[in-house]
Amino acid sequence: MTSHPLRDAAIVGVCNSRQARLLEEDNSETIALRAALGAVADAGLTPRDIDGVIGTGGATDFIYQNRIGPVWRSMSGAGIPAVLEAASAIAAGFATTVLIAAGTAGAYTERAATAPWTRPSHEFVAAFGMFTAAEFALVARRHMEVYGTTTESLATVAATIRNNGHVNPEAVYHGRGPFTPQDILDSRMIADPFHLLDCAMTSEGGCALVLARAEVAGDLANPPVFVLGGSTDHYGPAYKNPPSFDLPGRGDPRLVNGWAGRAAAQRSFAMCGLGPADVDVCEFYDPFSFEIIRQFEAFGFCAEGEGGEFVLGGTIGEGGRYPVTTDGGLMSFSHAGAQAQMLQRPLRAVQQLRGECPTRQVEGAEVAMCSGGGAGALFTDVMILGTERP
Amino acid sequence: MTLLEPQHGAIPHPYPSPISRPFWDGQARGELLYQRCEVCGLSTHTPALVCAHCGSPELTWVPSTGRGTVYSWTVVWRPQTPAFTVPYAPIIVELEEGWQMLSNLVGCEHDAVHVGLPVEVVFHPLADGVTLPYFQPRALADE
Repeated sequence: MTSHPLRDAAIVGVCNSRQARLLEEDNSETIALRAALGAVADAGLTPRDIDGVIGTGGATDFIYQNRIGPVWRSMSGAGIPAVLEAASAIAAGFATTVLIAAGTAGAYTERAATAPWTRPSHEFVAAFGMFTAAEFALVARRHMEVYGTTTESLATVAATIRNNGHVNPEAVYHGRGPFTPQDILDSRMIADPFHLLDCAMTSEGGCALVLARAEVAGDLANPPVFVLGGSTDHYGPAYKNPPSFDLPGRGDPRLVNGWAGRAAAQRSFAMCGLGPADVDVCEFYDPFSFEIIRQFEAFGFCAEGEGGEFVLGGTIGEGGRYPVTTDGGLMSFSHAGAQAQMLQRPLRAVQQLRGECPTRQVEGAEVAMCSGGGAGALFTDVMILGTERP
Repeated sequence: MTLLEPQHGAIPHPYPSPISRPFWDGQARGELLYQRCEVCGLSTHTPALVCAHCGSPELTWVPSTGRGTVYSWTVVWRPQTPAFTVPYAPIIVELEEGWQMLSNLVGCEHDAVHVGLPVEVVFHPLADGVTLPYFQPRALADE
């Protein structure tokens, strides 16, 4: 086997800034900058060690305020693509130590409407009252029709993830539970089949990661975490076209939009010679409860249509075989706009692999899978992280 | 049960792009238009520069029968903005010519919507001359 293309990079620093429903003392630049400084410190590095930066706003303020130019810089979208690009940039020699930072603060002040980033103004969606919950509902409802997936399965996902946040002191909704699946079903309807508690919250906060060369990563403050595999599946712009489950791609019916993330998962597993059975913890992106069910199917943890059964019986909860979204995710930990929360699945995966989660730590976790996006947004990003250098 | 009705508030209006202008001009005339490929004969929506099936740029605007079935649906109870009256029902319609579009279902009770429901287009004029395509249930016996 040829050497792994990303073996020369490791994630060495992570930081979530404070997360809250509204952060009035900050703006989006300062909250991202706070997270950036925190991630560099977490790595045991100083800002002068950073010679590559991915992000906008506070990420570029980090360059200026620390006077660390010239640095390599990219505007790659935050989340998994940014982590993959940072690792690639280190492998290619563009930089040795790359910061990724994002944040939102002081933005969600108009509570009568859904959060601004959930309701794009495109001509073929806006007039029909579309927003993210309705977009993802159209995907979920089709799956329920075809496979008989039940609202009980959706509610089980929501209760599981919300209970992970309930016990997490850093979660915005810490102490809001515990929830039973019936509690989810009893919450008011938002966009059928999604009740209020099936949906992500809206909040504010920052998030940052630092990647460094594997050769030096072992000498830093925390155990290195390696990128074992990753890829991204995109079908076009989000929230602009009908979010059809059967939106065709290149002609393979197994790769329609409803299975977004399948090809990415297959490529990710192939990069490291692993499969779903090797995954210890699933830090999956949870904009809506159904999306977790869909991802388990798309990523190959169970067959098409079996995700509803798969999530029942404790499989995805504490002590289960595939614990999911262990900090409370978008539903209970935080959902800070369009960027920061996309980094928080990789961040939580790193914390799990370091064994440092104060709550819901999966004992001995060595392989973590994380995701971003969802079929309602016409994309799904996938990444596999591990404790062992590939 | 609540009757699904057209929106009458100050909802966001569509702003045509250079590609989509014929679609909205058709709406004003009471025509639901889609793009048909002169090479492969298949249909494309949303408006595009190339055929979704064969990539040909030879697309022609033609009228749809406006008939189709509900491919997927939701009923919204928490509106996008206060300009919308709830409940309303976003649907993806599968048109007879083999293309899908997003719309709202009107003219029936909110719990009458289901996948496979036969529907037909109805045109709903907004305040400033823009016309929206909504869909309502149709009786199969009419055909």
